[in-house]
Amino acid sequence: MYRTGIEPPERIWWKKIDRHEKVWVWIAFAWCMVLFAMMPIWHLRGGQNPSGIRHRVEPADYQARVAEFIQEYQVGTDSGFPVVEPPPGSDVYLQATSFSWIPVLRLQQGAEYVLHLSSLDVNHGFNLYPLNINFQVVPGYDYGLRVVPNEPGEFHIICNEFCGIGHHLMVGKIIVEPADAEQGGDR
Amino acid sequence: MSLFRTCPTTGLQVHRTADRLIQANAVAATVALLIGGVAALLVLLTRWEVVLLLDAGMFYRMLTVHGMNMLIFFIIFFEMAVLYFASAVLLNCRVPAPRTGWIAFALMVIGALMVEWTMWTGRADVLFTSYVPLRAHPLFYLGVILFAVGALTVVGHFFGILTIARREKTYKGSMPLVTFGALTAAAIAAVTLLHGAIIYIPTFLWSLGLMEVDPQMYRLIWWGLGHSSQQINVAAMVSIWYLLGALTVGAVVLNEKVSRTAFVLYVLFISMASAHHLLVDPGMGPAWKIWNTSYFMYMAVLASMLHGFTVPAGVELGMRLRGAAQGLFGWLKRAPWGDPGFSSLAFSIVVFGFVGGITGVTFGTEQINIIAHNTLRIPGHFHATVVSGTAMAFMGITYYVIPLIFRREIAFYPLARIQPYLFALGMLIFSMAMTFAGTFGMPRRHWNASFTGAVFQPEFSPAVNLVMGVMAVGGLIAIAGGAIYIVVTVVSVFFGKKMAADDSGLGAEGRGLPPGITHPPRALVEEDRAALGPSGRLGPVPGTMVLVFIFLAAFITYYFVNWALLSFLWEVG
Repeated sequence: MYRTGIEPPERIWWKKIDRHEKVWVWIAFAWCMVLFAMMPIWHLRGGQNPSGIRHRVEPADYQARVAEFIQEYQVGTDSGFPVVEPPPGSDVYLQATSFSWIPVLRLQQGAEYVLHLSSLDVNHGFNLYPLNINFQVVPGYDYGLRVVPNEPGEFHIICNEFCGIGHHLMVGKIIVEPADAEQGGDR
Repeated sequence: MSLFRTCPTTGLQVHRTADRLIQANAVAATVALLIGGVAALLVLLTRWEVVLLLDAGMFYRMLTVHGMNMLIFFIIFFEMAVLYFASAVLLNCRVPAPRTGWIAFALMVIGALMVEWTMWTGRADVLFTSYVPLRAHPLFYLGVILFAVGALTVVGHFFGILTIARREKTYKGSMPLVTFGALTAAAIAAVTLLHGAIIYIPTFLWSLGLMEVDPQMYRLIWWGLGHSSQQINVAAMVSIWYLLGALTVGAVVLNEKVSRTAFVLYVLFISMASAHHLLVDPGMGPAWKIWNTSYFMYMAVLASMLHGFTVPAGVELGMRLRGAAQGLFGWLKRAPWGDPGFSSLAFSIVVFGFVGGITGVTFGTEQINIIAHNTLRIPGHFHATVVSGTAMAFMGITYYVIPLIFRREIAFYPLARIQPYLFALGMLIFSMAMTFAGTFGMPRRHWNASFTGAVFQPEFSPAVNLVMGVMAVGGLIAIAGGAIYIVVTVVSVFFGKKMAADDSGLGAEGRGLPPGITHPPRALVEEDRAALGPSGRLGPVPGTMVLVFIFLAAFITYYFVNWALLSFLWEVG
């Protein structure tokens, strides 16, 4: 005897499942296991993971570290922002404040860097446009991500976490130089 | 006047206090929906850059108003009505503490008014999430706390009604599935609102300068409120699915064990979903992220996939039992598509599952979140779940709540019939366009993607701008559907024709009467199984069997396409 969902069933409702319904339960369960397995598998095999090197940091200390970084590797300015070209393999510091990303970075295609993200005031959002790589930038936390730029070009950083009335003005820049141009320069 | 009335349709004894509490909460929900809807229109006409209606400050203010009114006030007031309905009405029970019910309602209204005041006067331009250290007026946080305390009281009251119904034996056997679902929603609500208290009380003190709040800790606990409250919505929505199925076509429950176990899985695992918002945050490591984002190995996703089978299967079996047994999809063809309750149910299931569910699980994958976090893909996802899913189901049930609880006929019925079609179509276009634009990195919560006045100028391709236009058109269609809903419900409740007292029993015909009850399938057939005939290779519900495999194929495709998209990016880790 079937009932609708608004009628009380008999006291004991723990009954055998129809064979066909059971098939769906197990298929759905198997799919859930695939969904779960994909994440550890990607950590082992895939190239894109949000793990990073994560620390707490005092905003003032981070600001000092960024200033030091700019002083060490600055190669010019762009629209009033320092342009910084750190050597491949180095730690790169990006500072988010309302409403700017400092500094402008110049990186080499194919080289690995540790890109540090932190904020001095409120939450900000790191969106590398047009690649669509997104990370949360939280004040008091240093998020160090190993990155390998795989294509040359000019990329923008769009802030995509609401940070105040000038949120839409908060755009930064990363330039990636092609790998062969660098080798040509060396010769 | 007697304290109870006998419902002429169902024969249930309805406590008049339950009637009034349901009515008050439903009216408050509709007012919030109206305010949130006006804000929706303003926000939409701003993001459509051809119009760019509001300035930046007003845009973020209206976005805050939209979020708070829709996600908190509309949804939770409506859920309070659902709790009273699922307990007192369905269980034939009295409301034990009417005064407590009214005090809780008053607390919620006062809290909501405090929040409205701070938002509209520009004292809380912090958006729905109010991430610390963005600062709002202390009354904003206090208002949320009062609202949460009121809601928590109703949840407690609900548990009280269940206990009394059991003790006074107002029903035979076990509680109905719909009540059981509401019980899980209430359990999740208790956990959720507790998170709300844990985070908003320190934040309130912080806003007064009395203590410090860590921004990452805020995000962790706040999302224990923010995301888990969406899980109240899921549990409440699925209960309404079973309810709408029962009322519109006499949908049956295939197996109580499967449906109830699925509800229990929600309670056990769904509050881990706070992690969905922290996958690309610096505060947590990969193990924590994987464990929590998957709700302990996707057990809550399993629950939704079970309901995604059992609800349409119940409808199919209900239709087959009443004679629509031709072929695979004869039951769908003969379903009452002109009944706004049924069309709402169907669209709610389809859009929630195919758009909201699939995108949600995909974006909630630890690594795939890198290409989704804070882009328009996220609001694209949750407008498909919480609007096309939950709000759509809530709208659908209103077409029965008004005749059964308010005892009024639905006014402008032809308009009410097309309302679900407009709303579902609009929301479908809107959320798919949003998701698509987000794939190209279009940020969410952003006044102006032309970056007027910015030092550097990223440019979106004309194709993306076109998609934003499509989004706006979809949004406008949906808002038209929402406006029709408000007009129909308000006119019906205040000016609608009163239902006659005695013309709505078994076999009665009439607008707004639930055909699933007045013409139950069991009245038509003697032996349920025999009427169905021998079931074929696909079992008793072959149509649903085919539909769920189409769903699974779409799910697998979208999921792996996103892994492929991710693999093209810079190496990052």
